[in-house]
Amino acid sequence: MVSRVAKASASVIVLGLGLAGAFYLATAPDALPESHWAGLGVPDLENGRRVFWAGGCASCHAAPGAKDDERLVLAGGLPLKSPFGTFYGPNISPDETAGIGGWTLAEFGNAMKRGVGAAGEHLYPAFPYGSYIRATDKDVNDLWGFLGTLPKSSNVAPPHDLPFPFNIRMGIGVWKFLYLTDAPRVALADADDRQKHGQYLVEGLGHCGECHTPRTELGGLIDAEWLAGAPNPEGEGRVPDITPGSKSIGSWSAGDIASYLETGFTPEYDSVGGSMVEVQRNMAMLPAEDREAIAAYLKAIPAR
Amino acid sequence: MKFKAVVAAAMLVAMGAGAVVAADEPQEVRQQMMKRVGGAMGAMAGIAKGEKPYDAEVVRTALTTIDEVSKTFPDYFPAGSDTGFETEASPKIWENMDDFKAKAAALGKEAETILASLPADQAGVGAAIGPLGKTCGACHELYRLKKN
Repeated sequence: MVSRVAKASASVIVLGLGLAGAFYLATAPDALPESHWAGLGVPDLENGRRVFWAGGCASCHAAPGAKDDERLVLAGGLPLKSPFGTFYGPNISPDETAGIGGWTLAEFGNAMKRGVGAAGEHLYPAFPYGSYIRATDKDVNDLWGFLGTLPKSSNVAPPHDLPFPFNIRMGIGVWKFLYLTDAPRVALADADDRQKHGQYLVEGLGHCGECHTPRTELGGLIDAEWLAGAPNPEGEGRVPDITPGSKSIGSWSAGDIASYLETGFTPEYDSVGGSMVEVQRNMAMLPAEDREAIAAYLKAIPAR
Repeated sequence: MKFKAVVAAAMLVAMGAGAVVAADEPQEVRQQMMKRVGGAMGAMAGIAKGEKPYDAEVVRTALTTIDEVSKTFPDYFPAGSDTGFETEASPKIWENMDDFKAKAAALGKEAETILASLPADQAGVGAAIGPLGKTCGACHELYRLKKN
């Protein structure tokens, strides 16, 4: 005869397994199927170049201190400090062993839009797939084509230096469950085409919110404070508010913002500083219409 | 008459002293210096954009200002002046003082090179301020922190 205690224990175990299963399903790496990435056609390399600069790939993946054309060698190795530990930008040059030359478009696409690596593992969101998830499949395909044209590097970047528990990748699944979404960060009523394009660049490829928006304790962006400024993740100081309520750029016109992104000069001829220097270099490589779109979007979002 | 002159002189000295005291803090001195550089860049940018007519004297004065500031600017970063008066100076300045000084010197050298063959028209001024701006950014990238 089965005792009541045994029955109760069995129920608890079944319930526990069920919860564990649900937890596993909710937090397992969730790659898009191979078929999703089929049929995208021959990449448009010129558009791929534009996506490359809009996405700021060189800022983390070029070797530390790389200048000019060296920034197209994506050798990796740049340390990125964060409250969770130090990440090192990996080699994403087309080298077959040290880089990602052996990857398929599907593997690259799933890294960009699902944060899943070629071995099916969770990638850390220091790689801003939480923003890149908004990229179109066409842009991902074009970028993949463009990356393939860049020089190979055999450099092996150091492994990430993260304390427990952040060195356990399963935790990333929880982060994704809580925070990974392709929903718009702000709702823009009656947005025109330029503002929509700006939204795509700022919320997606440009991943501006990764530094300009404050985060929860667990590292999720707080949409209610979108682009409202945040502590500098790399140490002292703050990353400024860039909404129309900003003390520093709230009074700038859309033209002032576009000009700043192109030249690095504020309307008072102060110059760009900090990590934004690197970002501005990338933005200067874009066509003027992209900078104008970013400016139009930044003037349209809610003031914080 | 003599008395009035003495009083006037004393007043002038006092005003001068007052001005010195108010601007004595190194954080404020260096902020004023950077504002002068910003003004000089703005004067040249006005010409480059065609908002102001080309004027060789304006260009010469602007470049001379940048050169002068670059020569003494690093002197206003004594130990202990890394906080206060809304300074945006990064602690890295004091960790890498030699590099910081070298970057200031590089700006001066660049201004002198441009002065030596003064830009002769709007396009020339435009061609000069692009690289100057990059030099500004190269230093601000490492050594300036936004604090609000």
